[in-house]
Amino acid sequence: MADTMQFDLVAPERNLMSVAVREVRLPGENGDLSAMPGHAPAIVNLRPGLVTVIDEQGAEHQFAISGGFAEINNESLSLLAEIGRKRDEMTQDVFDDMMRSAQRKKKAAEQKEEQHGAEGVVAAAAKLLADMEALGSHIGLSAHHSTAPD
Amino acid sequence: MPSLKDLKNRINSVKSTRKITKAMQMVAAAKLRRAEEAAQAARPYADRMNAVMAGLAEKAANSDTAPRLLAGTGEDKRHLLVVLTSERGLAGGFNSSIVRLARQHADKLRGEGKEVTIVTVGKKGREQLKRDYGDLFVNHVDMSEVKRLGYEHARDIADDVLERFETGDFDVATLYYNRFESVISQVPTSRQIIPAVIEEGEGDDAAASGVSAEYDYEPGEEVILADLLPRAVATQIFTALLENAASEQGARMTAMDNATRNAGDMIDRLTTEYNRSRQAAITKELIEIISGAEAL
Repeated sequence: MADTMQFDLVAPERNLMSVAVREVRLPGENGDLSAMPGHAPAIVNLRPGLVTVIDEQGAEHQFAISGGFAEINNESLSLLAEIGRKRDEMTQDVFDDMMRSAQRKKKAAEQKEEQHGAEGVVAAAAKLLADMEALGSHIGLSAHHSTAPD
Repeated sequence: MPSLKDLKNRINSVKSTRKITKAMQMVAAAKLRRAEEAAQAARPYADRMNAVMAGLAEKAANSDTAPRLLAGTGEDKRHLLVVLTSERGLAGGFNSSIVRLARQHADKLRGEGKEVTIVTVGKKGREQLKRDYGDLFVNHVDMSEVKRLGYEHARDIADDVLERFETGDFDVATLYYNRFESVISQVPTSRQIIPAVIEEGEGDDAAASGVSAEYDYEPGEEVILADLLPRAVATQIFTALLENAASEQGARMTAMDNATRNAGDMIDRLTTEYNRSRQAAITKELIEIISGAEAL
């Protein structure tokens, strides 16, 4: 079996990264997981969090993503994320932006629950927000700048 | 018969018009290149998204619990038309061709007794549709402040459309935009986005990328599908916006190229006329001098 696989990080606007990797660690919706070459085909929903990519030379690259999904194949892994940034490009501004959108989603979900009694949407949005905050504190960005909903 | 002075003025004014159209053509050419690159760069995401969607939707389509975004509301009565046009004119038939297509469909749907509502994106489409369909407008998205088209713009439009769907404002949503074929050809296109239409991917492609392989879905298939469908709507709108942007620049480039050529022809014609008049004036003066001399 090959000891590397093709990794593509794809954002709606462009391909962010396309390299051969040894391992990818993903923030799956139901818990973190690690994909290595020869992984069984799977499609995994991702929560906001950090993706760690270990390239051929064994060097680690980290990306912050705002959720998305990964398509895992025997010899390739495509990660589709709406927002994907290198960890060191992840500034407070970018994070604030992501937080704001999560908060807006939560607010909309709360309204929806009041009006239609749709269950689960608020919980889902709250989880998204919590994941976002966890991501922020993990890389040392404060979530408090943006806690006031706009 | 215009005087020499008049002709000279006309020529100068057409010359400056030609300068402007020439400049606009070159600007459009530069912008077109960038727009094409953006559309190209966005393709992998949309392709993957479609491939995964196709695999999932096939399975879900047979189940009774398919999400409404895929299965529809079970009715076909209320339609939402999302008309994507540009903010600026001087792009040949670019906006008119989209509007014409949307108009045809709107009339047809109304003829069949269906309700039609319209969301316009871009000023030009709104202006053209206002007179006949003004009372059908439910929203307008202003793109005049947008310098660089981003995914977030598409998502904003998608969020608005999805919310209307959630509250039961319509059954079917269709996008209208110009598909970019080449610099000289842009095809007005309509594309249904809700309920989702799964494109029959080119058979070879789908098989080659392994979509037919049995995937493990985590969490369940339905959860992923429910999560994916709204994103797919945003992705389709984004693709349409990018195609539209490239088409707009292509149409403008062609229109401005024609305008530049027309101005050139006009200058040639006017110059000939100017030279003839000048010659006539000289001849007339000579005749006057000679006949004056002869009379002495």
